[in-house]
Amino acid sequence: MEDSPNISYLRARLGGKILDSHAFRGDDTIVVAREELREIFRFLKEDPQIDLSFLTDITAVDYLGKKSPRFEVVYHLYSLKAGHRLRVKVPVPQEDPAVDSLVPLWKGANWLEREVWDMFGIRFRGHPDLRRVLLYEEFEGHPLRKDYPVNQRQPLVPERELAGTFVDQRSDNKLLQLQQKLTAKR
Amino acid sequence: MKADLKELPVETMDLQMGPSHPATHGTIKFDLKLEGEKVLECDVAVGFLHRGFAKMCEQATWTQVIPYTDRLNYVSPLINNVGYALAVEKLLGVETPPRCQFIRVIMSELSRITDHLTCCGMAASELGAITVGFYLVEARELLMRIIEAVTGARLTISYTRIGGVKHDLPEDFGEQVAKAFEKTRRLIADCERLLSRNRIFIDRMSGTGAISRELALSYGLTGPVLRSTGVSYDVRKAQPYLVYGQLDFEVPLGARGDNYDRFICRMLEIGQSMRIVEQALEKMPVGPVLLDDPRVVLPEKEKVYNSIEGLMHHFKIIMEGIHVPAGEVYLPVEGGNGELGFYIVSDGGGRPYRVRVRPPCFIAMSAFHEMIRGAMVADIIPTFGMINMIGGECDR
Repeated sequence: MEDSPNISYLRARLGGKILDSHAFRGDDTIVVAREELREIFRFLKEDPQIDLSFLTDITAVDYLGKKSPRFEVVYHLYSLKAGHRLRVKVPVPQEDPAVDSLVPLWKGANWLEREVWDMFGIRFRGHPDLRRVLLYEEFEGHPLRKDYPVNQRQPLVPERELAGTFVDQRSDNKLLQLQQKLTAKR
Repeated sequence: MKADLKELPVETMDLQMGPSHPATHGTIKFDLKLEGEKVLECDVAVGFLHRGFAKMCEQATWTQVIPYTDRLNYVSPLINNVGYALAVEKLLGVETPPRCQFIRVIMSELSRITDHLTCCGMAASELGAITVGFYLVEARELLMRIIEAVTGARLTISYTRIGGVKHDLPEDFGEQVAKAFEKTRRLIADCERLLSRNRIFIDRMSGTGAISRELALSYGLTGPVLRSTGVSYDVRKAQPYLVYGQLDFEVPLGARGDNYDRFICRMLEIGQSMRIVEQALEKMPVGPVLLDDPRVVLPEKEKVYNSIEGLMHHFKIIMEGIHVPAGEVYLPVEGGNGELGFYIVSDGGGRPYRVRVRPPCFIAMSAFHEMIRGAMVADIIPTFGMINMIGGECDR
């Protein structure tokens, strides 16, 4: 298949860094290695001709048993000036699921990367605050992995201790009474 | 004396606002660090409405995903339906008949109007302008009735099919819309008179929750929140899908990126959406509303009940699902709150391998702390209201 103009341009500029490319249904896609991820994205963002300065989305796909390496982190970029899009895919192995964070380039990468960590367990190196975002910290496993069963139950988690919380110690505090009752039962 | 007072040390206070707060419609928690009434830091916690949309989609056939998409942004479910159907059609490489495309545009725009009416009405009523809230919800009700007449439901509509829509518009649709729009325009004009020179409203909205153009782009904001900063990005104009290229409309822009500009952008967009609907109704051709492709579309009921081939065909599509060729596509549509994108991956089977929704309000909420830093606690309410966070879409 012949490359689209944008992919030809990227092939000329990035050369061997592009592992694979396709333009299925008109969506320009390149596959790059994770080692030079940040430099490649810096180029895509700052190069005046390709000008992919708008980060649309970050997500991942788990190709368990279908592809090796197992995961692919998928980035969607958009050019506000030229109006074209590009999908960048980064293969990530199961043994060391981690890629460089793009937060230094785009602030919007923060929550999107947190969501990928939450759902797929892929770490982002250099992320300022890699916590779960949609699920709770005590959640076990990463639900969008293909080996996470759809009917998996989660253990009950104890109530969190909140440091510095104001507790009404007066005798008529019904909530306190209830708590004391419950602890006495246990 | 006053100078002395200013220098008094103020102890910072942690305050949890939410997850169930009467002034924030939507389940969300703000962990605030306050100095008096000033917000020093704001950590937003989302996910209270997470129900595993993506995981559920992987269990269902391509068609069974449509009802799940209703429940994303449940204020404008038709746009989600249309976006998902378009993405699957792009992966299939098919195009729907012209009449269907017009119907999808009309229904999307009606949905966008209800979305903006809800957002603006609720935001105004949270600031005390309850009359405006009632007026705009009344206008929304008029349009909801039309949506109900077409789809049979108010919110959980599941109107599109892969390859078309469920059925054609009712015969008197044009008159219904004309009547509803006339009333809606009157109600909006009333609200405009109530708000546009209202001191309280302007004080609460103007200059609050502002975000700069650079930051908005860095955060990947879209929709009215981005357009209020003056960036002209609307998927309907940038990459026209369906028949938006044939229709004449404008994209209202703001300048300062504050709540007031967002409000005005949304109000003006309502007018533009009405224009689109009226033009589309004029230009709409007659013809089928569903693709004539046995690979994608269910056979007519008459064939199903009266012939074994029809029955088998029906059974195969229902049980196995449509066979979508292996591959991946990303398709964005302009939702009520911004770019609603569907990234879907197929492995060639009857079920999606991966469905990812790019949720515009999740991304807008990720920039919320920037909008609110240094502002008052009270400014959270209009800022949150104008982002129009919809739990179903944000938390999926």
